[in-house]
Amino acid sequence: MSDTTKTQEPMTPSGSTDERGAALIHVAPSPHIKDAAAHTQRIMTDVILALLPIIALSIYLFEVYAIKQLSICVVACMGSEFLFVKMRGKSLTLKDCSAVVTGIIIALSLPGSAPWFVGVLASVVAIGIGKIIFGGLGMNIFNPAMVGRAFVMIAFAQLLGAASYENVTGLVDAVSGATPLSALKFNGVSMETAALFWGMTNGSLGETSSAACLLGGLFLVFRKTASWQIPAGILLSVVLIAGITDIAGSHSGLLLVHHLFGGALMFGAFFIATDPVTSPLTPRGKWIFGLGTGFLIMIIRLFSGYPEGVMFAVLMMNAVTPLINRWTNPLPMGEA
Amino acid sequence: MADSPTPFERFVQGILPENPVYRQLLGLCPTLAVTNGMKPALTMACSVGFVLLCANIVISLIRNLLKPHLRIVIFTLTIATFVTIADRFLAAYFFQMSKTLGPYIPLIIVNCIIICRCEVCASKQGVVTAASDAIGQALGFGLALSSIAAVREILGTGMLFGIRVLPDAWPDWVIMVLPPGAFITLGLLLGCVNWIGILKARRSAK
Repeated sequence: MSDTTKTQEPMTPSGSTDERGAALIHVAPSPHIKDAAAHTQRIMTDVILALLPIIALSIYLFEVYAIKQLSICVVACMGSEFLFVKMRGKSLTLKDCSAVVTGIIIALSLPGSAPWFVGVLASVVAIGIGKIIFGGLGMNIFNPAMVGRAFVMIAFAQLLGAASYENVTGLVDAVSGATPLSALKFNGVSMETAALFWGMTNGSLGETSSAACLLGGLFLVFRKTASWQIPAGILLSVVLIAGITDIAGSHSGLLLVHHLFGGALMFGAFFIATDPVTSPLTPRGKWIFGLGTGFLIMIIRLFSGYPEGVMFAVLMMNAVTPLINRWTNPLPMGEA
Repeated sequence: MADSPTPFERFVQGILPENPVYRQLLGLCPTLAVTNGMKPALTMACSVGFVLLCANIVISLIRNLLKPHLRIVIFTLTIATFVTIADRFLAAYFFQMSKTLGPYIPLIIVNCIIICRCEVCASKQGVVTAASDAIGQALGFGLALSSIAAVREILGTGMLFGIRVLPDAWPDWVIMVLPPGAFITLGLLLGCVNWIGILKARRSAK
């Protein structure tokens, strides 16, 4: 009581309360700076816009497979979001579009030939176990879409392994072979750089075209929806490690190009790793996160049984994100 | 000792209200490791039950001879004796199952359920109470293991006790019989048990 009266005294030197009523300074709890770019719905609509070129290209390449997979995953994600949020007795969060984004990203990370239950299960696990169980959007430790994909990847190894990509038939000719990275890793076959860059290859629905991913990704970066440090860090460390491997094995640039433009690297760097919830907050932390993700991607690609490592690399770096945040916590002004 | 639980109370407590896995969160190592099928889970539960019963009876009989600072050593030695019996028995008569369970049978020695029951019940109460406590806890452990194993085996292989229960079209969720499936199933079932507990408490409060 005495404290409040003390602080109020100097504010009313003249003693009139009318002046205080018209004061220009409003006292309110933080946050004081309202950043329009940080609004969930705006972030999510930006991401959907940025995904449009990738969706368009995947529909052109994989036709009915892409449409089927996308609609299954989006519907399943929204359905499970509705169900699980209801179960927790929270107000509905379908309007922030985050479930739609998760659904699209899951669909784009799956092969077109995957049967319907793969998409549905991945969506239910992503939303239920990956997100809502932790308390909803903003509380989750791991990228929900990648949790869902990792679950089905391990559950249905034979449906999502390298061989499954070769089952898609009756599509653009170029898409009926093995994926570029597994062709390179297991058969030593390489592809033309142009085909890799523009996406005339086989792969998961959204990962084939580096051009489309770059287009959407740069849009996100310029809109400041995604931070530029994370993709920059990932690309930098992939270029470094793939470059060294390339020179050491005298692949005359082919290996570097394959690792840069083949596989899900661009898609992962711009759309998966940049998830604002599961990546570090500070610029320095984002660099560490990006470099670490790129390093793990290359380690998995070069030394493990899997041809691709974006998913596991992102999940592993998600796990250390709280630690990175603590390391890079900026000191308040005046201390240190 | 007027307020100490009766044999019947001990028995009932072990099954659900103080279920070793779902309530006390004890013995999670075998819970996670051997529940990828009903057969190994039930073998594990039986072995633990046997060791628990024998150890509780022996500890209860010698409870007045125990020196406080040496009691844990005595518990462990007693448990180790019966674990060795169980381990050799399985190796002799159920060789394949003994291979499947691998180190988890010898590891019963450090299973905290048994040490906990020796400490809490057997070293303080009579033989009848200790025995009924052991049976109750063993049933609770078996219930928990078989519930987790049932979920994992049905989803992971479409089978129960190795017999097909789901249609052939069922796509096996291989992840459920792998270690991640153990953690996911245990977490979800634990959540369900807590949820039911909350609902019950709310109903009785009304």
